[in-house]
Amino acid sequence: MRKMTIILLLALPLGVTIWAARFETRGLSVGSKKFTESVILSELLAQLVQNTGQPCTHRAELGGTQILWRALRLGEIDIYPEYTGTLREEVLRESDVESIDDIRAKLSEFGLRMSEPLGFENNYAFGMNKKRAAELGIRKISDLRRYPELIFRFNNEFMERGDGWPAVRKHYQLPQRNVRGIDHDVAYRLLAAGEIDLMELYTTDAEIAYYDLAVLEDDLGHFPRYAAAILYRAALERTHPGVVRAIRQLERRIDATSMIALNGRAKLERVPEPQVAADYLSENFDIHVTIDIETKTEKLVRFTREHLRLVVKSLIAAVLVAVPLGVLAAKTRTLGQTILSAVGIVQTIPSLALLVLLVQPLSWSAEQFSALRAIGVSGLGEWPAMIALFLYSLLPIVRNTASGLQNIPPQLRESARALGLPRFARWRLIELPLASPTILAGIKTATVINIGFATLGALIGAGGYGEPILTGIRLDDYGLILLGAIPAAALALIAQVYFEIAERVVVPRGLCIRS
Amino acid sequence: MFRLHDVSKFYDGKVALRPTSLDIAAAQTTVLIGPSGCGKSTLLRLMVGLLTPSGGEIVFEGQQLNATNILQLRHRMGYVIQDGGLFPHLTARANATLMARHLRWPKKKIGDRLAELTNLTHFPADGLDRYPGQLSGGQRQRVSLMRALFLDPDVLLLDEPLGALDPLIRAELQTELREIFRNVQKTVVMVTHDLAEAVYFADTIVLLRDGVIVQVGTFRELAESPADPFVTQFIQAQRGPQQNAMGPT
Ligand SMILES: Nc1ncnc2c1ncn2[C@@H]1O[C@H](COP(=O)(O)OP(=O)(O)OP(=O)(O)O)[C@@H](O)[C@H]1O
Ligand SMILES: [Mg+2]
Repeated sequence: MRKMTIILLLALPLGVTIWAARFETRGLSVGSKKFTESVILSELLAQLVQNTGQPCTHRAELGGTQILWRALRLGEIDIYPEYTGTLREEVLRESDVESIDDIRAKLSEFGLRMSEPLGFENNYAFGMNKKRAAELGIRKISDLRRYPELIFRFNNEFMERGDGWPAVRKHYQLPQRNVRGIDHDVAYRLLAAGEIDLMELYTTDAEIAYYDLAVLEDDLGHFPRYAAAILYRAALERTHPGVVRAIRQLERRIDATSMIALNGRAKLERVPEPQVAADYLSENFDIHVTIDIETKTEKLVRFTREHLRLVVKSLIAAVLVAVPLGVLAAKTRTLGQTILSAVGIVQTIPSLALLVLLVQPLSWSAEQFSALRAIGVSGLGEWPAMIALFLYSLLPIVRNTASGLQNIPPQLRESARALGLPRFARWRLIELPLASPTILAGIKTATVINIGFATLGALIGAGGYGEPILTGIRLDDYGLILLGAIPAAALALIAQVYFEIAERVVVPRGLCIRS
Repeated sequence: MFRLHDVSKFYDGKVALRPTSLDIAAAQTTVLIGPSGCGKSTLLRLMVGLLTPSGGEIVFEGQQLNATNILQLRHRMGYVIQDGGLFPHLTARANATLMARHLRWPKKKIGDRLAELTNLTHFPADGLDRYPGQLSGGQRQRVSLMRALFLDPDVLLLDEPLGALDPLIRAELQTELREIFRNVQKTVVMVTHDLAEAVYFADTIVLLRDGVIVQVGTFRELAESPADPFVTQFIQAQRGPQQNAMGPT
């Protein structure tokens, strides 16, 4: 009976791994940032590529500029839409590029190309409630100097970018102190509710009209111009000339009005981006692609598989590494402290930073070693997420294994030795079973944390329940947020139950008796 | 059986046992006694090889104890520590048979030996599948004894085997334990701090004080020709209240 249960318990994670396994079709990939316009543009690009017969995936909503830029340079993605202002002020800030030709020259040093502009600009601007702005008599950015108490909220990237808040503040000598980072889509809601006074806008945001916002005049000419264009790897011109021709059809074909309309359809009317893109292509290019939009159930199944894949694989690896490390750590004091602080350091790295840090070395390794490439290692998506989760899971398991072993009463160790049991037998028959409740508790903690953390994997394209949460925040769609949040919570609960059962079976019954 | 030659033990420079020589006779019961902290347990643990001597040598049946032979030699010694040292995650049966199973004795042999020992120690058969947490103190002590005796060792080393028991059970187990020692005809080395118990069990008493053996002999020899005033002092201190407590015997 006990044997059967153990086999079942072990079979469960294995079964899950097999069910969740991904059979990837390799092709080109288009990346997008986590805002709607970028997702729509990339969807247009992906559909144009697919229309040439070339398999292509759209890795949607990958964190911020830095992640995409690195991914493109490293070949994790082949194409993504970018803005000239971002290239000049953020990506190539250090190289002092001025003209479009400078940008092109610099990009080609990285083995990259930029298309002609798509035809619209999406500039930064400051926006306020029309009514509030009128009350205060604010029309232009320099008017803000008179109101130091106003509350500003900007998206985190804008808070830090070379052309973002620090530069604006300096340029306009703005006195406001209540300024913090917040999600762009959340900021719209707060602005509409009157909770904040000002936020940064993208001039093609459909919300400007929807919420009836006042766009402040950039009277001292601070904000650079952000003309949209396509970035792609130069190698494509050689390997896939047809693809390059296909995507460059978009050059000068999308003006600001069209872009605002596209954004509006996706954000305000909640039409899925693939549909928005497909409609645009059929109306303007006479290109008809069939898209299959996932149903809610299909989505849920996919998110669950992606999430489980991340959690189960990273946990199995963590258990395999952390338990032996914990055993080592229990052996001697100095070694123990070294190991514990080493695995502890990882916990102090903020999760997003860790994910970004992992992109580069992973891409590099995948490029150097074909064996790694063959098992699917890459700098984007599953691998960095799994490694980050693996690293985060180490500490609780190592710590509990070590303390479980160290807290075995000395008389019991001594009895085992006095019986004449050899070292390994002592460990297997006595020490490990005695420490098993503590070790199991460590694994349980790691699992529950892991399930929560795995939602961040969506930021680097690993999918999982984080994906609907990200999309839901972006589209202000509570249903979508819940589609990620509820199953994530449920999964954590299921994991709890799994470990309760495992505890009953694995932990020797004698240890549950407290006399 | 055991021959200790100038064996000493220091813990971080602090002396627990000064250089000591001692012969333990075969098929006899030797009792180590002395005030708390005098080094009784240290001496016993040196004999089982749980401690390595800081100086001197220990010879067991002609072989000097060392790191390579100690595991083998321990199979020929049964060791029982104060609170029994039973493994809480194993049943009484699993505790007692642990070593035999590890040595892959045939099932039948294990079963027979267990039956023999439950008889010897008067351990209730229905207690075999219970965990230490579900046994009484006296029963636990019987299980430790079965475990120590399982491989039929040449020598039995017991560190205050009855120390944690209440007086009634203790008295009962004393009688049984002496019965058992008589039956198995083994060399027994036992630690106690109770003189009455020592007298009851011992063929030879070894009296220690501050890491030094003060006298070795029968109780009679200790009482009649003490090697040191401390011997008399120890006997008096222990006898007076003990006899009062026990009433006339
Ligand atoms: N691991 C150790 N580290 C340091 N000192 C120790 C250690 N074990 C024992 N000692 C010291 O060595 C001395 C002898 O200890 P031992 O355990 O042999 O005494 P004992 O005669 O068995 O006493 P008791 O009757 O209280 O059990 C004591 O002073 C004790 O504090
Ligand atoms: Mg002692």
